[in-house]
Amino acid sequence: MTLVKHELRQGKTSFLIWTASVGFLLAICIFLFPEMKGQMEGVTDLFASMGSFTEAFGMDRLNFGTLTGFYAVECGNILGLGGAFYAALCAIAILSKEEKEKTAEFLLTHPVSRRRIVTEKLIAVFIQITAMNLIIYALAVGSIAAIGETIPWKELSLMHLAFTLLQLELAGICVGLSAFLCKGSVGIGLGAAVMMYFLNLIANISDAAGFLKYITPFGYCEGADIITNGSLDGVLVSIGAVVGICGIVIAYLKYTKKDIH
Amino acid sequence: MEIIKTAKLTKYYGKARGIVDLDLAVAQGEFFGFIGPNGAGKSTTIRTLLGLIAPSSGSALVFGKDITKEKEAILRNIGYLPSEAVFYPGMKVRDVLKLSADLRRKDCAAESKLLCERLQLDSSRKIEELSFGNRKKVGIVCAFQHRPDLLVLDEPTSGLDPLMQKEFFDILCERNRDGATIFLSSHILSEIQRNCTRAAIIRDGRIIACDRVEALSKTSAKRITVHGRVDLAQLSGIRDRKETKDSVSFLYSGEIGSLLNTLSAGRVEDLTITEPDLDEIFLHYYAKEGETV
Repeated sequence: MTLVKHELRQGKTSFLIWTASVGFLLAICIFLFPEMKGQMEGVTDLFASMGSFTEAFGMDRLNFGTLTGFYAVECGNILGLGGAFYAALCAIAILSKEEKEKTAEFLLTHPVSRRRIVTEKLIAVFIQITAMNLIIYALAVGSIAAIGETIPWKELSLMHLAFTLLQLELAGICVGLSAFLCKGSVGIGLGAAVMMYFLNLIANISDAAGFLKYITPFGYCEGADIITNGSLDGVLVSIGAVVGICGIVIAYLKYTKKDIH
Repeated sequence: MEIIKTAKLTKYYGKARGIVDLDLAVAQGEFFGFIGPNGAGKSTTIRTLLGLIAPSSGSALVFGKDITKEKEAILRNIGYLPSEAVFYPGMKVRDVLKLSADLRRKDCAAESKLLCERLQLDSSRKIEELSFGNRKKVGIVCAFQHRPDLLVLDEPTSGLDPLMQKEFFDILCERNRDGATIFLSSHILSEIQRNCTRAAIIRDGRIIACDRVEALSKTSAKRITVHGRVDLAQLSGIRDRKETKDSVSFLYSGEIGSLLNTLSAGRVEDLTITEPDLDEIFLHYYAKEGETV
């Protein structure tokens, strides 16, 4: 577990900054809710009549006047994008950074198998993503309690679980990509996250593009669906799990055979 | 027992040549030199032996183990000093040394402390504050602290000042005396000539000579330097002729008798005859077919 510890130490600053930023924005959002609640009657109608824009964010099916509805849209976007960015950044660099920073020669000439390196690095990514989500979940619960609202345990937990799964899937994909890269990779990671996000918006707007839900992990993170159904969409989550695992398998296959320069 | 043994080891990067049909054998306890200019394939050979890159064809055994199948077991007993030592930024020297030891699952604290003292390396400094030479020292400690049976060194002295180079070679020779095998890659010939027992010369990805260092340096040619006035026109077997105002210097591989006759016919003020040094031999090996040196 030497490498896990090493990775966690190396990623500490980035972890703290991202967790603090996303957590802070999320808390602010929650603290805005009491102020907005009173004005929400009109807003919900307004938001519900903005056509495609409304559909894109699922606001046709959510009530902005309730905490869950508000949380699903506002906070969902912050946690969805912020978390996805962090997961993508974290995972896309995990293997490729050794070559980019030229530390691969140091690491890979130690008696540690490539398979073990991938495994320990994956564990480190998993720990970082899970820890970030736990901290943010705790912050969300705390903030909701602080504004005196009843905590919607089930909806809240399901939403956070969905976003954690999203980040893990995205991380799996990015680790797979990472095994092929040996230079700068941040752009590719962020690009993948943004693309997935927009695919979901498109899927929401157009029925013809509805199949996109099966591709992007944001498909199973849709707050409107989670709240309406009271559960995650098992099919979408399963597809996501398969995709994420595929990324990881590809990472193993590629990295164990890769020529390191 | 042979510590390194390669058979027709070949590596192509796509179509670009790395090394071709490399046959190399290094015996236990040898101080082996590996000489060649930049791009000849020295680093490719080392990287293949260490399992960083996979050979295109051919095979190689280190400690009698196959490099592709038993990489971890091999690496456990190797200390490798890369030509450009790069470490994780933000870490202190002692953290890097500890990390290296931990990755080997070995406690090397005592040895590491000893080496840091000898190399005058301050282990409380941060990696990014270190000069190139000091980073090299970190690399040296990482390569030596677990007391490996085989030391693979790629251009080890670049960046080290002469005193440190001496200390480094002192440590290296001690390790060699204690039984470690040394594989030293370099383009600095004096390093090889002074320290190695055997050496291989690599050019364009192929081994072009492999022998004892004395044998490599030994050819029938002598370096002749004459001060005075002599007419060398009739003398055959002259190479690498350099003239100054009142002296001439050349590599001579013809008959000594005719050399003496030619010299005695001229007016010689001073004369030196020496063995050519490895640099000159080296150039000889490196002269491509059809070229003269």
